[in-house]
Amino acid sequence: MEIPYTVENRPDTGIYNAKVGIWLFLASEVMLFGGLFSAYIMLRVGAPDGLWPHGWLDVRFGTVNTILLALSAITTLLAWAACKVRDFGKFKFFHACTILLALAFLGIKSYEYHDKWIHYEIQLKDGRIADGHLEEQTDKEVVLHGRIVAAADKKLLYDLRSQPDLKLGAVRIDRADIVKMQNYGPWHNTFTAIYFTLTGLHALHILGGTLVIFYLWGPGSKMWLTDPERFTNRIEVSGLFWHFVDLVWIFLFPVLYLT
Amino acid sequence: MSDSAEKAVDLKSYIRLCGVIFLVVLCTTSAMIATSYSTHLGADWTGRVAVILGIAVINAFLVAGYLMHLLSEKKLIYVVLGFTVFFFIGLMGLTLWANCDYPLTGAVPR
Repeated sequence: MEIPYTVENRPDTGIYNAKVGIWLFLASEVMLFGGLFSAYIMLRVGAPDGLWPHGWLDVRFGTVNTILLALSAITTLLAWAACKVRDFGKFKFFHACTILLALAFLGIKSYEYHDKWIHYEIQLKDGRIADGHLEEQTDKEVVLHGRIVAAADKKLLYDLRSQPDLKLGAVRIDRADIVKMQNYGPWHNTFTAIYFTLTGLHALHILGGTLVIFYLWGPGSKMWLTDPERFTNRIEVSGLFWHFVDLVWIFLFPVLYLT
Repeated sequence: MSDSAEKAVDLKSYIRLCGVIFLVVLCTTSAMIATSYSTHLGADWTGRVAVILGIAVINAFLVAGYLMHLLSEKKLIYVVLGFTVFFFIGLMGLTLWANCDYPLTGAVPR
């Protein structure tokens, strides 16, 4: 049985069916991310004065990821354009670039997550707070690369932007002095919760998109031999999804890294 | 992309267009970072956030308008997006409204 309107446009909509489908899907995605962005606004506006983090994320990584995604959006478009001019070799090249750029994005994101995972805040019995990256831990002590602040100076841990010349060093802590030890995972505070939720969901979209693009680049590209026009439409639909993922990042980057 | 898909595609002109878009994205990203770190804007974070998000909207327009070909799409897609924008504004508006609907004094309503 032949599926109708996979290549030719429907007379009533003027578009082939898959394209209508992807746009409806993207509309639902806007509401999904919109809900999370509105949650971010609520958390941010509701945070006590001075207790919303500034400078916790490395802007350099965010910037590189922005450039990688922008480049991948461009290579996706060029892959589709190469299909339209029936240049399969160029399609393969541009889509391979897209896959590599997406993997680089995920690699950098993973590094950022790891950095948060080994970053600890330790509440000490004398009320002070040790903060830094875990270097070593034994049954008796924990060693961080960071600093210790008094409980009254806790706000210093939130606004790293205002401390560009921060001096960090090795901090040795006896386990007997520890009241609570917690890393900067999603459970740490509302910022890390919304940061991991937003970027995690976005990274899952990147991963899903990469798998689809890889399929179309590899085994799925056999369709080029039998039905090149339909294959080109598939590239267009996957490209629209990829551009949407780029659009989400365009707002995630300033919201999380710059404001 | 339907309209443009029906037109003849010139790969070289697409490469030129993509080059221009990439340069603009680089410039806007730099502008966002510069705004974020600028000392000339004082400590007013609200104004700073507005400027940064304004620049992000320019970026988004480039991606949606040119890379997704939204500037030359069919009416149905615009209708779908119109509904999306309506509900998105509703979502954000209700969020902000709910945030304003908060007791300013210490009194807790029964």
